[in-house]
Amino acid sequence: MKPAKFEYHAPETLDEALILAAQHGDDARVIAGGQSLVPMMNIRLARPDHVIDINNIEGLSYIRSSNGSVEIGALTRHHQIEQSSELTQLCPPLPAAARNIGHYALRQRGTVGGSLALADPAAEFPLMAMLLDAEIVARSAAGERGILARDFFISVFTTSLEPGEIVTGVRFPALGQGDGWGFRWLARRSGDYAIVNAATTLTLDGAGNIDRIAMALGGVGATPVRLTRLEQEVRGKAATGDWAREIAAQAAAQTEPESDKHASAEYRRELIEVLLAAALENALDRTAGRRPA
Amino acid sequence: MSRTAISLTVNGETREVLVEPRKLLSDVLREDLRLTGTHVGCEHGVCGACTVLVDGQASRACLVFAVQMQGRDITTVEGLTPAEGLSPLQQALHEEHGLQCGFCTPGIVTTFEAYLRENPDPSEDEIREALSGNLCRCTGYGNIVRAVKKAARMLREGVPV
Repeated sequence: MKPAKFEYHAPETLDEALILAAQHGDDARVIAGGQSLVPMMNIRLARPDHVIDINNIEGLSYIRSSNGSVEIGALTRHHQIEQSSELTQLCPPLPAAARNIGHYALRQRGTVGGSLALADPAAEFPLMAMLLDAEIVARSAAGERGILARDFFISVFTTSLEPGEIVTGVRFPALGQGDGWGFRWLARRSGDYAIVNAATTLTLDGAGNIDRIAMALGGVGATPVRLTRLEQEVRGKAATGDWAREIAAQAAAQTEPESDKHASAEYRRELIEVLLAAALENALDRTAGRRPA
Repeated sequence: MSRTAISLTVNGETREVLVEPRKLLSDVLREDLRLTGTHVGCEHGVCGACTVLVDGQASRACLVFAVQMQGRDITTVEGLTPAEGLSPLQQALHEEHGLQCGFCTPGIVTTFEAYLRENPDPSEDEIREALSGNLCRCTGYGNIVRAVKKAARMLREGVPV
């Protein structure tokens, strides 16, 4: 099938784009990389009356760091994130996430802002945004606001963006010195969305016990989830022996995944156990002093 | 139906086309510009047959609207084929029997043209990861992987083909 007809707008400034977005509200879709929107339009799952193309707007593609955080412009392509030595140093889960998205050609065009605004519950950047407490920066004709990831993802393909708002960037806190991280997933085919994905960051105290831990899961509900309660429960626990398997088993018990055509709830729960345990072990291996020589 | 005039460079030549905004780049290349080397398979970004280079980067022609390509530089498989003979990638695919029906081949040539520029000495795993975005129902991929390795070597060593 071919896309339904629409009116195309190619603003050259953000202000112009915001006026168009305000004017057309829910009748408009913003196109960045288009690697999800265009397939949806091709099969007519999406048929916007107006398409606002932000690719010609300068200043939306950047990777910057300051004061312990990194800010990525909405139009930054997955491939640029994958290749960024700055991000590899300051926030390595992000290049790892980008590398796992779709296929080589899709990563050349797909953007971080698009992935966040689409809000697929199994996608990589929404998972990382939840894990790292990212702040999504949105602009409208009325001004700019930052939205914490936990307030941003509402449901499948649904965010708290208001009509007329456009994602312009996202801020992630940099990982601390010596923090470990892990990211594991299972997809049946290379490049597919994960059935379940799991990501974690880990900081140990001087005695080798868990000082700070964050854990997030994707593909288990309508949005990616943070395991906030479990994170508090395991603080102070020693990261030795079967620690990772035990935490992952608790995570599976506390999560209520749904069954769909891709996998049953039971299978997803098993994946949570296996993938989160592996992610935790990877995180431990990457914490300071434990990096393999 | 309202159409927009766009000007883009295709295989080094400036082309002007009148397009409906909803018309995909893949369809404009094939129907308006008669460049049928760009194949259309799934039309939702999975099969990779329509891959072209947009400003030098591998992109699915079925996932961009032609109207977005105003002022851009497009290279199709026709533009990668020398006037005489074959490109190193094409030659290697030929020598290694990296195609049977050939439907997926243009997308593989365009993808790896960009990929090898960026990563001139890929491992087999890296080649397979990059190739996972191009579906081939004939070869089982083994010969394509060998062909890409061979082409990479030819390109690195500047071997004339």
